[in-house]
Amino acid sequence: MNVASRFRTLPETGDRVQFTLDGAPASAPAGVTVAAALLAHSGAWTRQTVKGAPRTAYCMMGVCFDCLVEVDGTPNTQACMTLLREGMTVRRQTGLRDLNGGHCG
Amino acid sequence: MAEVDLIIIGAGPAGMSAAAFAARGGLQVLILDEQPHPGGQIYRNVAQNRSKRGFLGQAYAAGTDLVDALDHPHITLLTGATVWRLDKGPQVTWSRGAKSQTTSAAHVLLATGAQERPVPFPGWTLPGVMPAGAAQILMKTAGMLPKDAVLAGSGPLLYLIAAQMIDAGSPPQALVETQTFPQMLSATPHLPRALFGLPTLRKGLSLIAKIRKAAVPRYTAASGFHATTTESGNILFSFRANGRDQRLTCGLLLTHQGVIPGTHITRAAGIEHYWNAAQGAFQPEHDLWGATDQPGLHVAGDGAGIGGAEAAASAGELAGLNILCQSGRLSSDTRNQRAARARAALFRARAIRPFLDAAYPPPTDILAPSDNTIVCRCEEVSAGAIRQAIREGAQGHRQIKTSLRCGMGPCQGRMCDATLRGLLSEGKASQPISPPRARSPIKPIALGELAALSPPQEEPA
Repeated sequence: MNVASRFRTLPETGDRVQFTLDGAPASAPAGVTVAAALLAHSGAWTRQTVKGAPRTAYCMMGVCFDCLVEVDGTPNTQACMTLLREGMTVRRQTGLRDLNGGHCG
Repeated sequence: MAEVDLIIIGAGPAGMSAAAFAARGGLQVLILDEQPHPGGQIYRNVAQNRSKRGFLGQAYAAGTDLVDALDHPHITLLTGATVWRLDKGPQVTWSRGAKSQTTSAAHVLLATGAQERPVPFPGWTLPGVMPAGAAQILMKTAGMLPKDAVLAGSGPLLYLIAAQMIDAGSPPQALVETQTFPQMLSATPHLPRALFGLPTLRKGLSLIAKIRKAAVPRYTAASGFHATTTESGNILFSFRANGRDQRLTCGLLLTHQGVIPGTHITRAAGIEHYWNAAQGAFQPEHDLWGATDQPGLHVAGDGAGIGGAEAAASAGELAGLNILCQSGRLSSDTRNQRAARARAALFRARAIRPFLDAAYPPPTDILAPSDNTIVCRCEEVSAGAIRQAIREGAQGHRQIKTSLRCGMGPCQGRMCDATLRGLLSEGKASQPISPPRARSPIKPIALGELAALSPPQEEPA
């Protein structure tokens, strides 16, 4: 996870929201999507495919489904279509999309 | 019995404009949009950005008027609402907050807009490679500026985003453009018509001037895109231009090859579609009001054929007027009279398209990429595997899907259908290829949510 973010976030005033990513604390400006928060946090992958290939949010408009992450225990959540909320628990997904919930190990 | 007069799917320029005209004419309108705020992709978060992010420009800020016009007692706007089914009646089934429900209306306007054309090449799935439009969405919604980015591809949006990045103080490292001089030459016969859209043409030229002034290096006639990741997570982008192999290292590789209509909903609705060869995309058949061959269904905006935001707003106005007429609120004479302004605006807005389509076509190595390129991102199917299946006799999208799972993932073919068509049509210029089928649910939905849905009233299929 030590890839620097590929974006520079403008120093705009406003509230910040605290969340966790794979258990580690993180924060982002209020009003952004989970996908934007993850891209501002790091340039690394947020999902691994069945074949183990790294992916992260791609289209940012709900079309490609490459931004799927686990949000508050719900897997396969489109990060780009979900607004970040205070205290959210976000986990990266690896491998097959799971029908039953929970991230696959 | 219809619960509202008109349901509009999509709160972009077409949907917002149609809503305002229909509501002012007396109709009860329900607008459903997937995103958290109205505006569509072009005017995303425009009302939230009123007094900030000025680098997005005046054409973007113009969208606030359309959003403000939604503040009308006859308009109900529901954001975060994903439509996943459309039945005859018409009836619309949509999901919001993990709950689905069905609403019927006398009329439904499908204004779901466009998506960026997939730009497949080896490495396009890597973190750090992303559509230029996606980066623009991050600029609009989160004030996030691409750092050390290369813009690669072709089309007017590439210049607009480069100019916005320059104005925001984060200029691109380079512009790698795929259009060629012969393509530009072949577009010149369309220039006289484009003069009807002179302000748009001028705007385009001013964007290019801005990029020149900022001394952003430009490569043209580029081909053979290839991306890998360096140890530090940067993107190593190689391509061919000026007769040489070129390599650039960047934090972000932002690609663009124009936009195509999002047609899952119109195809699932059973509307006839045809191949628009100039734009390289399928689009739904419709008349000049946006009426389709399906009762009660209109289309407007980029989902009905690419024309841009101004054309979309005018098309939305025309659809709104026609729906008022069909609802008995306007005579056809009054409708025709009141449509004159929108028709003229639509003509002007579309005048530049033939020039743009000819000057900035997607290159063949993007339409039908090399064998080692992943075509279906969801199921990780390569162009080589698809070509092999075609050699073995697979015909059409469905047979490829059945044999390789290409298009069977959660995006439902949105990221691979266009490329699959490119591969299917290789060396078969004359053979028509039908659009792939789209079926409900047109967006993935949880089984539990489906089970909780009360059965809709029986309607003959």
